[in-house]
Amino acid sequence: METKDNSRREFIAAGLLAGLALAGCSAKKNPFEPDTLEEVKPSGEMVKLLSVDGKVIEVDKAFLKPVPELPAIPNDIARKGIAGKKFVMVIDLSRCKSLKKCQAACNHMHHIHPGQNWIKVYPMQDAEHTAPYWEPTTCMHCDEPPCVKVCPVDATFKRQDGIVLIDSDRCIGCRFCMAACPYSSRVFNWEDPGVPEDIAKQPYSCETSVPQKKGTVGKCDFCPDMARKGELPHCVSACPNGVFAFGDMNEDTVTNGSETFRFSDLIRDKAGYRLMEDLGTKPSVYYLPPVNRNFPFENNEGKEEGKHS
Amino acid sequence: MKDSAIQKITEDLLPQKFGKQGKIWVAFLSVLCIIGFIAYCRQLSKGLVVTGMRDYVSWGIYISNFVFFVAISLVGSLITAVLRLTNAEWSTPLTRIAEIIAVSAITFASLIIIVDMGRPDRFYNLFIHGRLQSPIIWDVIVITTYFFISLLLLYFPLLPDLQILLRFKERTNKRLYWLYGFLGSFWKDTPQQIKISRRAVNILSITIIPVAFSIHTVTSWLFATTYRPGWDSTNFGAYFISGAFLVGAGAVIVAMYVFRSHYNLERYITYSHFDKMGKILVMLALLYLYFNVNEFLVPAFKMKKSEEDHLMGLFTGEFAPVFWFAICTAMIIPILILVNRKGRRPLPAFIAGLLVVVGSWFKRYLIVTPTLLHPFLPMHDVPESYKHYFPTWEEWAIAIGSLAGAMLIITIFARIFPIIPIHETITETEQHEKE
Repeated sequence: METKDNSRREFIAAGLLAGLALAGCSAKKNPFEPDTLEEVKPSGEMVKLLSVDGKVIEVDKAFLKPVPELPAIPNDIARKGIAGKKFVMVIDLSRCKSLKKCQAACNHMHHIHPGQNWIKVYPMQDAEHTAPYWEPTTCMHCDEPPCVKVCPVDATFKRQDGIVLIDSDRCIGCRFCMAACPYSSRVFNWEDPGVPEDIAKQPYSCETSVPQKKGTVGKCDFCPDMARKGELPHCVSACPNGVFAFGDMNEDTVTNGSETFRFSDLIRDKAGYRLMEDLGTKPSVYYLPPVNRNFPFENNEGKEEGKHS
Repeated sequence: MKDSAIQKITEDLLPQKFGKQGKIWVAFLSVLCIIGFIAYCRQLSKGLVVTGMRDYVSWGIYISNFVFFVAISLVGSLITAVLRLTNAEWSTPLTRIAEIIAVSAITFASLIIIVDMGRPDRFYNLFIHGRLQSPIIWDVIVITTYFFISLLLLYFPLLPDLQILLRFKERTNKRLYWLYGFLGSFWKDTPQQIKISRRAVNILSITIIPVAFSIHTVTSWLFATTYRPGWDSTNFGAYFISGAFLVGAGAVIVAMYVFRSHYNLERYITYSHFDKMGKILVMLALLYLYFNVNEFLVPAFKMKKSEEDHLMGLFTGEFAPVFWFAICTAMIIPILILVNRKGRRPLPAFIAGLLVVVGSWFKRYLIVTPTLLHPFLPMHDVPESYKHYFPTWEEWAIAIGSLAGAMLIITIFARIFPIIPIHETITETEQHEKE
């Protein structure tokens, strides 16, 4: 009787975990397979759980196993995007003094190859007598993305929420997207990106863009994994000056963490614009001009002249 | 026609064993191929980091070499199709030379593009996930088509010659005899077979022209479909096609000279052939020059800001020596040589052809790299080495190895098969005698 009961509980627990697995695993390797064929002895300590059909069940704690690290969202769902959303970013050039905290946070969270950056902060000067300013760039997540147009294998794709992502498990490394992108926002993993071993063996997730893989292209992903958690992209929360504001165009709201703006008002009042509008790429990143600045422009990086088209 | 005359033509044109020179040449090319292969193995294990390419210059000499190969392969359609359809009978001895150049060049174009891939192990993704909207897929489709049409245009006219080769059993070794039999023993020279073969060659000659235009136009679109200064041009398709015919014709003249002097084919590849090919080359060089004027003078007249750095880099900046070298060697000097009748003799024509081929290779380099060094936003937030490009020894070894490989295919083909069509030469000589 006792053993029979146990096996029934085991079955339920397995069903429960399998349900989780279906929701959360790209099924590269079944992480729920027992490592050994050892019999698990019940510890006597019972845990209440909600079964897949909505009933509260009790399971012995010994039968529970911690779920190994899995991508939050399977890649076929990540390809579709979050329904009802249209993500947008506003970069306020009047607040930027090139602290590059955004860049450091982005590099750290995405385990980017040392020396390469998904976020770049350009010292810009449009013409000889115009004012210099700092211009941080992310991927523009264009509505007419030139990179997506040219990709031969659909490895880079545009989602319904406006985000352009890369499937590093599919990318063949032809670099046509890099040639096509006018914003130079794409980088290539020319060698092994040097991702820490425990992260490198995780299955690749399109939404976290981790782990980066040798011979494939990487770029800013607007951190949709953070958006799913209701949090801001790493660059936005890392910036102490509130340069970046992120939000949903459908809600007409963007926030830099401490301040929240009505997107349409912000763009109207501060004369927001997008980069290289003449190319017709329709970026999702808007810029506020560097007027009434918080900081004077000081370039200590060595003299570098920017040009702008 | 007398049997002795036929005998003489056949004797002259049968494939010959490699002499000492031939053996050294084959060994030399093989060594280059092996070095290239070793370099590629290094690239496979370490990644594309062994190249000089980085995030800004993400395409380098592999891609320019690819464009060069695709360009040179177009000559197959020029000589076999265009000249055949216009009844230019004089070109008969050149058809097989042109066609084997086309086949070997297109083979190595495909190989070099795989070399350029970051993940060659995922090549199959092109077939299981291929997006028909991408110009790369268009290129895959048309290049494959062109390869097979070229192969057939090489094979069908070879059939009667295989029959002749099979008759000279004592002149060949066992394995080659087996190969000839395998490829051509079904050919019995019946009127029916001749009719089918003629029709097939006619159909292929017509179809290869749009396909040939497609391969190089689509290759130009790999660049022209982007926004970048120097590539964003409506002129690109025609510019590439005219350049391709030029370099292909140059390569044929070079090959004509080498085969003629090495295999003593003076009776078959005559002064008149060099004269006519020389005139064609002048015309093609003028045509390419015309498209170059369009390509550079029009944007230079306006000097849009995005174009300015790129153009000045070519005209007077860091790429100026290569730019003017390419313009002079690929177009101006060959025109000056070949426009004179004396310049169309075999040796000067050979030199002009060689200049065209070398200049054209550098021209392809200039099409690819300088543009990438002038992005819309300035080069920034990258290691200093990312802001320049110079090919590493691995890249040179692979690029040179691929060129050597293409020449090796041509050399070995000429060892196994008659490089000048025997059967067609005999029938045409007969016709001339009747007239």
